[in-house]
Amino acid sequence: MNIAVCMKQTPDTEAQIKIADDGTHIQTDGIKWIINPYDEFAIEEALRITEKHGGEVTLISLGPASVEKTIREGLAMGAHKAIRIDAPESPADPQVVGAALAEVLKEGNYDLILFGKQAIDDDQSQVPSIVATLLDLPAVAVVVKLDIEDGKATALREIEGGHEKVTFSLPAVVSAQRGLNEPRYRSLKGIMAAKKKPIEVKQINLKENQLSVEKLSYPPEKKPGRIVGEGPDAVPELVRLLHEEAKVI
Amino acid sequence: MATILVVSEIRNGQLKKVNFEAYSAARQLADQLNGDVATVLIGSSVSGLSDIPGKYGVNKVLQVEDASLEKFSPDAYAAVAAEAARHLNADFVFMPATAMGKDLLPRVATLLNASTAQDVIHMRVEDSGVVYTRPMFAGKILADVKLTSTPQTATLRPKAFAIQENPVTAATEALSVSVPQAKAVVEEVTTSGGGKLDVTEADVVVSGGRGMKGPENWHLLEELAELLGGATGASRAVVDAGWRPHGEQVGQTGKTVSPTLYIAVGISGAIQHLAGMLSSKYIVAINKDPDAPIFKVADYGIVGDAMEVLPRLIEEIKKLKAES
Repeated sequence: MNIAVCMKQTPDTEAQIKIADDGTHIQTDGIKWIINPYDEFAIEEALRITEKHGGEVTLISLGPASVEKTIREGLAMGAHKAIRIDAPESPADPQVVGAALAEVLKEGNYDLILFGKQAIDDDQSQVPSIVATLLDLPAVAVVVKLDIEDGKATALREIEGGHEKVTFSLPAVVSAQRGLNEPRYRSLKGIMAAKKKPIEVKQINLKENQLSVEKLSYPPEKKPGRIVGEGPDAVPELVRLLHEEAKVI
Repeated sequence: MATILVVSEIRNGQLKKVNFEAYSAARQLADQLNGDVATVLIGSSVSGLSDIPGKYGVNKVLQVEDASLEKFSPDAYAAVAAEAARHLNADFVFMPATAMGKDLLPRVATLLNASTAQDVIHMRVEDSGVVYTRPMFAGKILADVKLTSTPQTATLRPKAFAIQENPVTAATEALSVSVPQAKAVVEEVTTSGGGKLDVTEADVVVSGGRGMKGPENWHLLEELAELLGGATGASRAVVDAGWRPHGEQVGQTGKTVSPTLYIAVGISGAIQHLAGMLSSKYIVAINKDPDAPIFKVADYGIVGDAMEVLPRLIEEIKKLKAES
């Protein structure tokens, strides 16, 4: 099976995010960069499928040369090769990302295209749906279980208050949700092997951005609250405050 | 004159409450732009719902009915919604930012060569156009974004926009669209725990962490949630430990909620958890550790053992309800 996993380099989840002087970007000094955590589930799933059914996993990522460091981490997990679509920075408009990925994916004849459900920096959760529409492929988003047998797939996806069981045929697009699997750690052997794996760089004409960031700001500070008391004896006062002051019960 | 189209989400033949939030937000924007609000109802039998949107200021209700549309299929619904947008020459297309909306609207935008502001919490009109505010980095940053596509499309975060009744008589129109065959078929929908209210939809969320000591104690949270008409949530730690299902997880890698009241019981308040509930209107924390970070963001807190405080809390709320 020929599997593509689209991945993104993002700041670590613990990173302190500060707005840069230009007001439209974040400060990047001292940030620890990682594979977008949801993409790790996608890479892991791809590896499990090729371990079971045979085939190759290709990582595809959009960005400047500095993202190759993170692509290597995906190769260290076990992916076979990678493609970096050159771009000066990560486009703000997911339509631009989707169009570029679709153009490259078309050439690859992949049986399965995996994504993480969203990037933890811009939290857009759009690209998998966009790529599926551009490639006219079945797609299932927010998947917590995936089974593949003879060109047919069954996925369990999360919705409010429950799950949907969806069936579809390959080729298809799937976006991974937490719980799909437990991503493996990168072994020293994998890290060494990753150094020799190929990262092909492609130049593509990027679509025009139709979404632009005008300004970044911090959410309003929450006013400090108070500790009402200790133990169960504090409860009557809490209930009184919730009823009379906050008026929520 | 601007036309704003809201693509309604219909589940189990019902219009979910989030739709009323979207209609209200669209109505408010339309009033500022001297525009009209329309909605499209997509399904196998939707005409019975047609008199509901008008209550929230929707001027026109398009109905697309077809047996093949009974179950949600993103590609089929996207084609239908895009056709509705073209039919109306819509300037804006909105949808609630639910699991369905966040998947569907970017597809609709792709078909219309447009772009999407996803999970918008605020909209304002400036001379140069509409500015959409959306959270990034799990809510650590707010971004003001603008769209230059026609139409502009946006999904609206549940509970970010107030429901406003604004009754008008809505014109209804049946739209016939050739429906493409669904590529991915929903075989069945399972609800976790018999139609329980989802954390993202509840006005009150009662959430538990490791301080609950074990899954066998969750009945206390469930009882409290039921008394308050809310849903139960969970921290990542207890989901990882297998005490609660992932669908209840609140936080950066779980769900984002903004209920009127969020009660965090035995939850320390790690940054990743806060990312999922900081926009709650009121936060109550119950924790044994007075230094727990959750107390820094709670409006009201009790330092104490959850197992001792919860039964008393349940008792006092029952008393309050009996009195009123």
